Amino acid sequence: MELFGDPAVWLPFTFAALMGLSILIYVVLDGFDLGVGVLFPFAEPAERDRMIASIGPFWDANETWLVLAIGILLVAFPSAHGAILTALYLPVAVMLIGLILRGVAFEFRAKAPLTQKRAWDGAFYAGSLMTSLAQGFMLGLYIMGLEQSWATYGFAILTAVFLTVGYSFIGATWLILKTESALQRKAVDWAKGGIWGLVLGLGAISAASPLVSPRIFDKWFSMPEFLYLAPFPILSGLLVLGLWRGLQRLPAEGDKGAWQPFAGSIALFTLAFLGLAYSFYPYVVPEKLTIYEAASAPESLIIILVGTCFVLPAILAYTALAYVIFRGKATELSYD
Amino acid sequence: MDTLILSRIQFGANISFHILFPTITIALGWVLLFFKLRFRWTGDAKWMQAYRFWVKVFALSFAMGVVSGITMSFQFGTNWPGFMETVGNIAGPLLAYEVMTAFFLEAVFLGIMLFGASRVPDWLHTTATFLVAFGTTMSAFWILVLNSWMHTPAGFEMRDGVAFATDWWAIIFNPSMPYRLVHMLIASGLTCAFLIAGLSAFRWLWGDRSEGVRATLAFGASLGAVLIPVQILVGDMHGLNTLEHQPQKVAAMEGNWETGPNVPLLLFAIPDEDARENRFEIGIPNGASLILKHKADGVVPGLNDFVTEDGEVLHPPVSKVFYSFRVMIGTGVAMLFLSWAAVALMLRRHPEGGRRGVEGLPKPVLWAFVAMAFSGWLATLAGWYTTEIGRQPWLVEGVLMTRDAVADVPAPLVLGTLITYLVVYAALILAYVSVLFYLARKAAKGESLPERATPGSGAAEVQLLQPGE
Repeated sequence: MELFGDPAVWLPFTFAALMGLSILIYVVLDGFDLGVGVLFPFAEPAERDRMIASIGPFWDANETWLVLAIGILLVAFPSAHGAILTALYLPVAVMLIGLILRGVAFEFRAKAPLTQKRAWDGAFYAGSLMTSLAQGFMLGLYIMGLEQSWATYGFAILTAVFLTVGYSFIGATWLILKTESALQRKAVDWAKGGIWGLVLGLGAISAASPLVSPRIFDKWFSMPEFLYLAPFPILSGLLVLGLWRGLQRLPAEGDKGAWQPFAGSIALFTLAFLGLAYSFYPYVVPEKLTIYEAASAPESLIIILVGTCFVLPAILAYTALAYVIFRGKATELSYD
Repeated sequence: MDTLILSRIQFGANISFHILFPTITIALGWVLLFFKLRFRWTGDAKWMQAYRFWVKVFALSFAMGVVSGITMSFQFGTNWPGFMETVGNIAGPLLAYEVMTAFFLEAVFLGIMLFGASRVPDWLHTTATFLVAFGTTMSAFWILVLNSWMHTPAGFEMRDGVAFATDWWAIIFNPSMPYRLVHMLIASGLTCAFLIAGLSAFRWLWGDRSEGVRATLAFGASLGAVLIPVQILVGDMHGLNTLEHQPQKVAAMEGNWETGPNVPLLLFAIPDEDARENRFEIGIPNGASLILKHKADGVVPGLNDFVTEDGEVLHPPVSKVFYSFRVMIGTGVAMLFLSWAAVALMLRRHPEGGRRGVEGLPKPVLWAFVAMAFSGWLATLAGWYTTEIGRQPWLVEGVLMTRDAVADVPAPLVLGTLITYLVVYAALILAYVSVLFYLARKAAKGESLPERATPGSGAAEVQLLQPGE
């Protein structure tokens, strides 16, 4: 395995890339189904069934990307896993309880007596909201270098709100893609109302992370990096503009362009994520622990990597299969 | 209470809540595949009725299992950072393989299994059902490999206080793995058998005489009757394996303080850990020696051998292990009596010819099945408490002490989250059990079960009620 150079260098890098990929896929996929949950109170009870139907076959697999991401952190960078999660003890607990509530409410609302359905709808909303807020809070605290003070908490609360609005935005774009008529028109309005959260969130994070760390500032604002990186903000800006204009035209005749907002928000999330990854590399615990210092033994990483090479393509293939099988507008869900 | 004991209770609470649901789904996945294949082969609609009822229970249980499982992957880091720092090189790949070979498989194909029947060809739906069952079993395999390794670590070396893998074959097939895995899989089968029999008996008592409920009642009772003797045998072998590798645990299970021959099998006692003796002993003479060494004067290890010269106790807390073990055994014996009695009653000849079948079960037996619908949970939890508390004070036997792995988190924070988890878990267990009985009542009344969403799925239903081809 010396083929690619020193395994203590390329293995941690590979695993950091894999972890990044999992987090990105998670944020996009669970982002839209969490967003659908956050939008629940704005919908009529009848519409809620259709919203649930649009995410029903996917949410479980979507959440599995979180397990994979946290699993890679756990197995490839064990000391970082401990350092990050003990620092985020409380938001993690809030997120876990949120995930529990929404996951089970999903099932209970369809099976419990009808009189309880509203209560489970409430649990689904509350769980989705808790999860989104907690994830945004963790993101903010991570950007602040996991420092615990009132100022960093303040920033984390801001990112919590922005990420939640961002999730509801991508959730709304998913609904535009998956629903029709009245609900689709509502979803367009929700997306128009939610795009500001994304813009403010991106702005706040872009402004704050270089200010917190001189190292990140130098990575972005020194020549010639500044020029190479210019496409990031430019592309993001163009995407936001395109999304905004696209939303004005929806819903269109023959459902034309209903996929565009969702595709646009995936692109925007991806750009934002790449920017963050660039800022923090090579650190896994900001300014404290690099991926190279935190990595597990090469012989353990190799055995995971070999399996990953076989299994990850299969996972991607059958995930794609599920999205193909359940393509098109969401219909009523029933157990057959 | 300090952070250590609170963190232990918290992890114990989470893992106890979690295991309830995989214990059902591991076996229920295969049972659903069986129902589906029976329907394809016989064309008998009762098997599709059975499938359609139990797939709902499966979906609900699966969701409970998924969300409670996510909790644990985080708590390794939030509460037990020392675990991964010390043995991460071994635990890591095992957990990674669980996520990659099991979690995604079951999660993706569950969607197709639950909602895809009208969208995919029948063979693909059957394949999805198989892959979900296979995925849950793979998940059980990997997690039991890791758990067994924590009891009987092998195939590694310590360098500077960190474990490094030397032989993956030895790690995976560590000495206690085969016994523990088989014991757990059968436990899942039994949990599922008694749940199926219990809910079916409940429907029967509510006047449900459908072919579907006859089939599942007979199926559940028979599955229980077949599995329980196998489980007793496997459990005995597992115990002997533990005697070889973790004698202090067996000593605690038997409540035996002094190493020696002719040790009795204690049916009841109150272990007094301060005085280091038992009170109110009721035992069968030479029983423990006979079971563990297969002769009356066999030497059985005692707890006093596991106290160091400076007084440090290296054996588990005795009474918790001692009582848990007896709860598990007691539940197993009750399962044996009930399922064998039921099968004997069902096999009785009818005066007009043929067997009596489900009609031959008197009301008290049916109520006993209802009462024991969740007996598998009790036995499984008691068994896990026996083996996991029995591993203390070690987290990884002989390698890492539990107290050395705990996170430095303020105790009030752990207590606060613990209380929240407990409240949520209690509410969810209550909701889960009551919804299961609610579904059973609805089915018994012949009402259509609540579907996920708006009505209008009739076409798919009719299509599915046709036999295979």
